[in-house]
Amino acid sequence: MSVGRAETFDKAVDFATQTIQLSLDDEPRNLNSIKAVDQISIFFIEHVMEGLLRQDERGRIVGGVAERWEIDDRHARFWLRHNAKWSDGKPVTAKDFVFGWRSGVDPANASEYASIMYSVKNAEAINAGKLPVTALGINAIDDYTLEVELEKPTGYFAYLMNFQIFYPVREDFYRAQNGRYFADIKNMIFNGPFKLTEWVHAASFRMEKNETYWNRDQVKLNVINIPYVTNDNLARFNLFKDGKTALEDGMRGIGKEQVTSAVNNRMRIRAYSDGSIWYTEMNHRKERITSNKNLRKAMQAVLDSQEIVNKVIGIPGYIPAYSLFPVWLQGVHKKFRQEYPAQPPVLDVELAKRYMQQAKQELGMETLPPLALLCDDKENAIREAVYFQSLFKRTLGLEIRVDIQTFKQRLEKMQYGEFDMILAGWGPDYNDPMTFADLFASWNENNHGRYNNPEYDAALRQALGTSDPQLRMGAFGKAQQILIDDAAVLPQYERVVSYVQNPKLRGVAFKQTGAVMVLTYARVVE
Amino acid sequence: MLSYIVKRFGMGVLTIWFIATATFVAMHLVPGNPLAQEKAVNPVIRANLEKQYGLDKPVTTQYIIYITNMLHGDFGISYTQENRFVKDIISEHFPVSAELGLLSLFFATLGGVLFGAITALSRNRWPDHLIMVFVILGVSVPNFVFAALGQLLILKLNGWTGTTILPIAGWDGFGSMLMPSLVLGLSTMAYLTRLMRATMLEVAGTDYIRTARAKGLSTTRIFLSHQLRNAIMPVITVLGPAIAIITTGGFVVESVFTIPGLGRYFVQAVQQLDYTVIMGTTVFFGAFLVLMVIVADILYGFVDPRIRVEAGR
Repeated sequence: MSVGRAETFDKAVDFATQTIQLSLDDEPRNLNSIKAVDQISIFFIEHVMEGLLRQDERGRIVGGVAERWEIDDRHARFWLRHNAKWSDGKPVTAKDFVFGWRSGVDPANASEYASIMYSVKNAEAINAGKLPVTALGINAIDDYTLEVELEKPTGYFAYLMNFQIFYPVREDFYRAQNGRYFADIKNMIFNGPFKLTEWVHAASFRMEKNETYWNRDQVKLNVINIPYVTNDNLARFNLFKDGKTALEDGMRGIGKEQVTSAVNNRMRIRAYSDGSIWYTEMNHRKERITSNKNLRKAMQAVLDSQEIVNKVIGIPGYIPAYSLFPVWLQGVHKKFRQEYPAQPPVLDVELAKRYMQQAKQELGMETLPPLALLCDDKENAIREAVYFQSLFKRTLGLEIRVDIQTFKQRLEKMQYGEFDMILAGWGPDYNDPMTFADLFASWNENNHGRYNNPEYDAALRQALGTSDPQLRMGAFGKAQQILIDDAAVLPQYERVVSYVQNPKLRGVAFKQTGAVMVLTYARVVE
Repeated sequence: MLSYIVKRFGMGVLTIWFIATATFVAMHLVPGNPLAQEKAVNPVIRANLEKQYGLDKPVTTQYIIYITNMLHGDFGISYTQENRFVKDIISEHFPVSAELGLLSLFFATLGGVLFGAITALSRNRWPDHLIMVFVILGVSVPNFVFAALGQLLILKLNGWTGTTILPIAGWDGFGSMLMPSLVLGLSTMAYLTRLMRATMLEVAGTDYIRTARAKGLSTTRIFLSHQLRNAIMPVITVLGPAIAIITTGGFVVESVFTIPGLGRYFVQAVQQLDYTVIMGTTVFFGAFLVLMVIVADILYGFVDPRIRVEAGR
């Protein structure tokens, strides 16, 4: 097997054949739905597979393989449509979900996202090797009826059904691949809107409309061609300018220079929220001075998110953040943040200095030692770190030592708590405040600063104990306020991804969870 | 000659073993966990993952497993592309890098020998000065600048003429290979030009050239049969390692021109702490380099009989 030539067309979009061409920044890590973790894999999987439920072009939950469903505190029941088919023509049945879910929690598969399945009965025990996979609370009553037992009430269970690890896996096909399921084109079978028909490693991909997909009439594009794979942002932007690709979002937003270049070339710059929130995480371990609440309050009182967005980031569209919970999250009836607004902290240097004084007294220090600010080696992070350095020095007389680390080394330091502060961010897994709130629970692995507030934990337990939306959102409202009062974490911004798009390409949908860009509803106009 | 070659290969194998061991040690000394992701996993899942990759075993056991597997040509499965064998990554992407590398080496050698000879023959006159300005640029400007400039040039040309004169990126036929291989070969070309110029001038001052001239030979004849043959020796010496470096090290050029070569794996593996890919590519590169040096040494013997005689003693 060798790398062939990428088949390149001359055009970014073609009306007659409904073909579009794109570029990617990397290879998918693993296209097996029970193993996938990275954005690129998830992008492909969501286009070639379908779960019980899916999100429509406006992000609302609608039927996928299931046409009807009921979810309560302890159970979920799904009725599957009879016309959902695999790409070889066989029907998608309840058994395919049973096998897929069991594979997801099977310790032998070592799935990184297994924990998101822990709301299904016995999932955690199975994943720890204490129970056999057959003990999982999922049962095919017949070929088209699926009964799920929940471990605990899960208010966001419907959203999880669009998460790749909950997708169907057909046992006979899976076993026939001998551990190579979805490793290459010949090891794949699809039940989604598209089929992956070509994959030349690190070179090119081709997706074609799946004619066996039950909702095929909704799918307008015939071919999605991806003949370029490079992590060079400028090269990908040049491909767009040269009319070779139909959309360029720099994978996480085109940079400052590309925005300028786009403006100069009279291109329309568009933007979508990728759902992520970016903040400064504090180290709450006893031996760190950042465990002092007044010190954190002092920093909070001088930190202006608006200024960071305008002066430091300087890319249009970023939203200044005052809460851990982004504005797009759904609440009971309206958006969560409309129902539970977050008060921006009072910006007052004098107040900050008083907090600072108190902090010094409590810590018994005349002058505070420099704080270590951990960040990664990306341009944005370094710019922010330098800004913090000058801000805290100027307003509070506080020294900051910036600790720039490459990816894996930064993760290592985060895990072992070798920092006072970290510039960090979080992308959601599902549309519910819990995907963020969970981060600062005392039991969470991702709580790098070991924030431990019994009141906060209690609010979360309350939200975990019920599926009543009113009670749950109320609990998150409380949790939100605790984080602000404690200055437990200092939010900076919600990321918005700037991108450019060929004007003939319409109907590209963006959402905040799963695959951020969805081409299922897209089409090329004349 | 044969015992010389056998000896060189024996040393080569030892060198490769040393490279493999040093890489293994260095890799495990670098802080960071190859399995760590932005989203941390709970201890249960981490244990499952470590078991899958054999990271739950002691490092010495891991080393023994790894060396044993390597002897069987098995470098394991990539950590970042979980379905791909490292040996497949190498065998699929190295040919692309090699193709790119050989073409750029062709440009580099052709240009280097040609420009080197021109500068030496026209020493201190304008062609010499002009070429040397470009040589200094070629040596000192890093190739990511040339790569970006080269791409921009094609982009402007295409936009200006309204057609695709050359593709700005991709790996699709000779047209797409032209610019990247020129860019990749540029610094080697500049280096060879300088080397060629220096040795040509050195040779020009020797007794046998003076003798040849005194015999009344024509300048062309002197250049072709005496000067060039002697001056090209050092070029062959550097060409060996240059082949290895150029055919595996085109990372920047590969990413700018979206070429599916091995270069990106080489660099990204280190950033991602992809243990198996780091080991695989490093050992492969090491072995390739060692091989090329040996080949250069043997070729050297063919071009210059004196070396063969000395080695034979």
